[in-house]
Amino acid sequence: MANLRIEHLNKRFGAVTVLNDVNLSIENGEFVVLVGPSGCGKSTLLRMIAGLDGASSGDIHIAGKFVNTLAPAERGIAMVFQSYALYPHMNVRKNMTFGLKFTGVPPAERERRVAEAARMLRLEELLDRYPRDLSGGQRQRVAIGRAIVREPAVFLFDEPLSNLDAALRVSTRVEIAKLHRTLKATIVYVTHDQVEAMTLADRIVVMNKGRIEQIGKPLDLYYAPANLFVAGFIGSPAMNFFEARVESVEAGRAHVAGAGFRSLDLQAMSLKVGDALTVGVRPEHLVRGTEGAFAAEGVVELVERLGESSFAYVRTDDRLFVAEVRGRQTPAPGERTTLIAAVRDVHVFDASGRRVSAHTTEATR
Amino acid sequence: MTVEQRARSLGVHLVLIAYSALAVGPILIVVMNSFKARNAIFGAPLAPPNASTFSLIGYEKVLRTSNILTYYSNSLVVTLVSVALVLLFGAMAAWALTEYRFRGSTALALFLSIGIMVPIRLGSVAILNLMRSAGLNDTLTALILVYVAQGLPMSIFILSEFIQQIPKDLRDAARCDGVPESRIFFEVVAPLLRPAIATVAVFTIVPIWNDLWFPLILTSSDATHTVTLGVQQFLGQYITDWNSVLAALSMAILPVVVIYVILSRQLISGLTSGAVK
Repeated sequence: MANLRIEHLNKRFGAVTVLNDVNLSIENGEFVVLVGPSGCGKSTLLRMIAGLDGASSGDIHIAGKFVNTLAPAERGIAMVFQSYALYPHMNVRKNMTFGLKFTGVPPAERERRVAEAARMLRLEELLDRYPRDLSGGQRQRVAIGRAIVREPAVFLFDEPLSNLDAALRVSTRVEIAKLHRTLKATIVYVTHDQVEAMTLADRIVVMNKGRIEQIGKPLDLYYAPANLFVAGFIGSPAMNFFEARVESVEAGRAHVAGAGFRSLDLQAMSLKVGDALTVGVRPEHLVRGTEGAFAAEGVVELVERLGESSFAYVRTDDRLFVAEVRGRQTPAPGERTTLIAAVRDVHVFDASGRRVSAHTTEATR
Repeated sequence: MTVEQRARSLGVHLVLIAYSALAVGPILIVVMNSFKARNAIFGAPLAPPNASTFSLIGYEKVLRTSNILTYYSNSLVVTLVSVALVLLFGAMAAWALTEYRFRGSTALALFLSIGIMVPIRLGSVAILNLMRSAGLNDTLTALILVYVAQGLPMSIFILSEFIQQIPKDLRDAARCDGVPESRIFFEVVAPLLRPAIATVAVFTIVPIWNDLWFPLILTSSDATHTVTLGVQQFLGQYITDWNSVLAALSMAILPVVVIYVILSRQLISGLTSGAVK
């Protein structure tokens, strides 16, 4: 197990910049999830850590060793692919030992490692089967087993659950979390699924257009997104945004007004009269009421019932926002309703999209 | 199935059956008549051999009077060695051209594909001169070299297509596993190319086995003749020994059929199933 340090990493394909000055430091034993929309460069970053793609500039250190010039196998990494990438003409045992032959692991040691990985992943019964005879979940476990027997310094997972069906995805997710605890391994995990990111990660790295937008603990990202992109990306349904403007600043309080909601009082901080702002409120923080720090009124246009809660799409001033309504009492379409939120649940971003409201982390709540 | 569908499928089958009969008919007549006495061949060419017309005289004469076994072994050696080399070099070249980007790789691929467009026979005179000055005239080596050159372009072309279909993750996984590049090719990629290799083998073997042109110009002694060339000695300008010709031809068909049957078992597609997804 080892730490991983990435400094000023860039990747360009001709004129296209895929990764732009990425800096990331991962501690020994940490589970870090790279998350972002497709094309944000997260998979490229993973492949560059693995050594499958070269860097245009910048340094990668694994366990304190500069690895840019090393081949994948010499970096002490093991990668699990979305497509599993099992060798189809080899049985499970051979799939796991094939690579070890070339890295100088003696046969007895190979057997020991396979036996241990098989026990950990419940693959004992399957060792003599071929990949074509395995189910998707079993194949993924074999792929993970193949990574474990290499005893790598860093595990790299490239969207490992994307090809599994919903139920299997949940159980495999739990299994990966357990595995991380048992192995105490350093893991870098790529996904576009924010639920996977939130549930698995010690820290999440949110990427967009080749840049890191924010690095933080899952709940920090949820409660204190650093910018509009992270605010919109983490959370489902996405955060509601309202355009707003600072109307007046008096005695340390800023009075903010905008389309779609009643006025809002904030701590002034560095705000000046006339500043353009974006106000964000998560659907799950909106409740029906009359008076609150934040209040928006509108007509319910559509209701999606999920069972434990419902999503109400509310129209106000020509725009729609979403509120998650808990309980059996769901609003009816056409109904006029007022939704309020506490001030700690209101996120304010400046014109450049950066957060200006105070950081309310989970600890301070 | 509706009446219309049934009629259509019947029509399709009729066309296919007619075509098969057309293709198989002459071969059947050759094989049938090779087991008949000379009179019967001319008397009733379309009749199968019966008790009174059955005769192995053709086979006897061929085996007794000619060096058919030498021709046979020559053909086998030339064909099998050529095919083995075409497959080995073809697969390696296809792998290199599809997997690695290097200076001149596109130019090299274009150069190799010229061989598909230009028939090698156009170079017969040059090849003859080349072989003579290399001291390879009248040797099986000369034939093998020519056939390898003839078979390579197409095999590279076909195998490149197949290699591109092998999931890239598989090679990446092998690289992460620490498998050396040569072993990735021989132990990961090559086994998955088996159906493609069988296809290429069939396409390569048949024209080599049946070739008359290059044995004719490159071999002169009995010791280096191949079957197709050897058979010609029974076809005289004035007299043709039909018993021997038909017997020799029937024997010449046999190995190709056997090889085809063996390889067709290998033409199992979907070998990669289970690798990904």
